[in-house]
Amino acid sequence: MNQLDKELLRIKSKVEEMWTLVDFQVQAGREGLVSPDEELAKKVSKSGKKVNSYDIKIDRMCENIFALYNPVAVDLRWLLAILKINSNLERIGDYAESIAHMLKEANPPIEPTLLAQSRVLEMYDATQTMLQQVRQAFFEENTELARQVIKRDKILNKIHGKTDKMLLKYFQTHPHNIHQSLKVSGIIRKLERIGDHTTNIAEEIVFYVDAKVVKHKQKKKKKDKGEE
Amino acid sequence: MNSVETKDLHLYYGDFHALKGITMGMKKNQVTAFIGPSGCGKSTYLRCFNRMNDLIDGVKIEGEIMIDGVDIYQKNIQVDDLRKHVGMVFQKPNPFPKSIFENVAYGLRVNGTKDKKFIEERVERSLKQAALWDEVKDKLKKSAFELSGGQQQRLCIARALAIEPSVLLMDEPTSALDPLSTAKTEELIHELKENYTIVIVTHNMQQAGRVSDYTAFFYLGELVEYGKTKTIFTNPKDQRTQNYITGRFG
Repeated sequence: MNQLDKELLRIKSKVEEMWTLVDFQVQAGREGLVSPDEELAKKVSKSGKKVNSYDIKIDRMCENIFALYNPVAVDLRWLLAILKINSNLERIGDYAESIAHMLKEANPPIEPTLLAQSRVLEMYDATQTMLQQVRQAFFEENTELARQVIKRDKILNKIHGKTDKMLLKYFQTHPHNIHQSLKVSGIIRKLERIGDHTTNIAEEIVFYVDAKVVKHKQKKKKKDKGEE
Repeated sequence: MNSVETKDLHLYYGDFHALKGITMGMKKNQVTAFIGPSGCGKSTYLRCFNRMNDLIDGVKIEGEIMIDGVDIYQKNIQVDDLRKHVGMVFQKPNPFPKSIFENVAYGLRVNGTKDKKFIEERVERSLKQAALWDEVKDKLKKSAFELSGGQQQRLCIARALAIEPSVLLMDEPTSALDPLSTAKTEELIHELKENYTIVIVTHNMQQAGRVSDYTAFFYLGELVEYGKTKTIFTNPKDQRTQNYITGRFG
C-alpha cells in the first residue's frame, strides 16, 4: 500500500466514524417520537458538535491530499465525492439535531392519531433505510444500491407532498393539538431534506465509482415529462 | 486534422520488438503528451517522427509515418529536409559551443541562408518566441554556456524554432530544470502551440496534465490508451492507465 492509499484510508475511517454519529442522531429522533427521552435528546445535540468537528477535520485531510499528492482519476473523483459526502452528512446531522429540538418543543409523547395520520414514522423508516443503504453502497462501492437509494427518495417526497392536506384534516378533528401537529409537520419537512441529502450522497457514489454524473437528472426528467 | 500520423507502426531493435503496431494521429496545433514507464517505447516512438532511430544499428521499422500528409519513409525523402519540418528538443539542454546568436542561427546557416539581415531577424523572432529575448538581447555574442540551465533549454527551443518547423518534438524537456525554469518552459509550450504541433514525452504526470491537450499512455511497446488529457486524468478507461497515473503500477 502506498502513502496515498494510507492517507485515503485514514479519511475513509474518519468518514465512517462521522457516519456512525449521524446514523445515531437520526435513529434517536425516531425513538424520541415513540418514547420521549430527554437524555437521548442531549446526546443528539452533543453528537452534533462532534459531527461538526469531523466535517472540518475531513475537509482539511482532503485539502492536504490535493496539495501534496496531486490526485488523479479515481483518487480525484473519490476525494471530490468525499468533500460533498462530508458536507451532506454534516447537513443531515444538523437536521437530526433540529428534529430533536422540535420534539422537545412538541411536548411529547405525540398524540397517536397524529402519529398515524401524518405517516411520520413511515417517513422515518424510509429515511433510515435510505441512510443505511447509502452507507452500504459507499463502503461496498455498490452503484446499483446507490441508484436504488436515489429512487427511494420518491417515497419521502410523496409523504411530504401530502403533509399540508393531512394537517388541515387533522386541525379540523383535533383543534386543541395544533402546536404538536405543526411540530410534526416541521419534522416531516426536515426528514424530506435528509432524504435529499442522502440522495446527493448516492449521486456522489455513482460519480466516483462509475465516473458518471447523475445529479439533477431526476429534476430534468420531471421537467422533460412536464413539457411533453 | 492530424499533423503527425502513424499506421500499424512496428519497431525492432534486433530481436526486441520495441513498438507494437502503433496507430494514432496527433492533431495540428495541439500538444500531445506521451506518458508511460521507462522502456515503454514512448521516446522510441517520438524519435521515429524525425527518423532519429535510423542512426541505430539493427533497427527495423515497419508501418507508415505521415507528417503533414507525407510518408517520411518514402525513398525520395531527404532526412535533412524532414528535420527542417520536425524540430527536436532533448532532455538535457545541449547548446553548441558557440555564441547565443550563432546557436540560433546555426540551422539557417547549415541550410544555406546567407542573408545577414534575414538571419538577424529570424534569430530575434525565435528568441522572442522562446521567451528568452529580453534576457539575452544584450549579450548575444556571449557563449551559450554562460546561460543558466533553464535559459539554455529555451535557447535550444529557439534554435529548433529558427528553421520554422511545423512539428516540435520534446523529449522530457524539463527533467533537468528547476521548478521556475520548468514553469517558464511549460508556459512557452502553451504559447507555441498556436503555431506548432507539439509532441512531448514526459515522466511528470502533472506536467502532462498541465501542458497537453491529448495524452497517450504507452506500456511495453503498446499504445494502451489515447484521448483528451482531461479524460485520461479524470476517467481513464484502461485499468493499466489508471494504475500508472495514480502511482499504483506493478
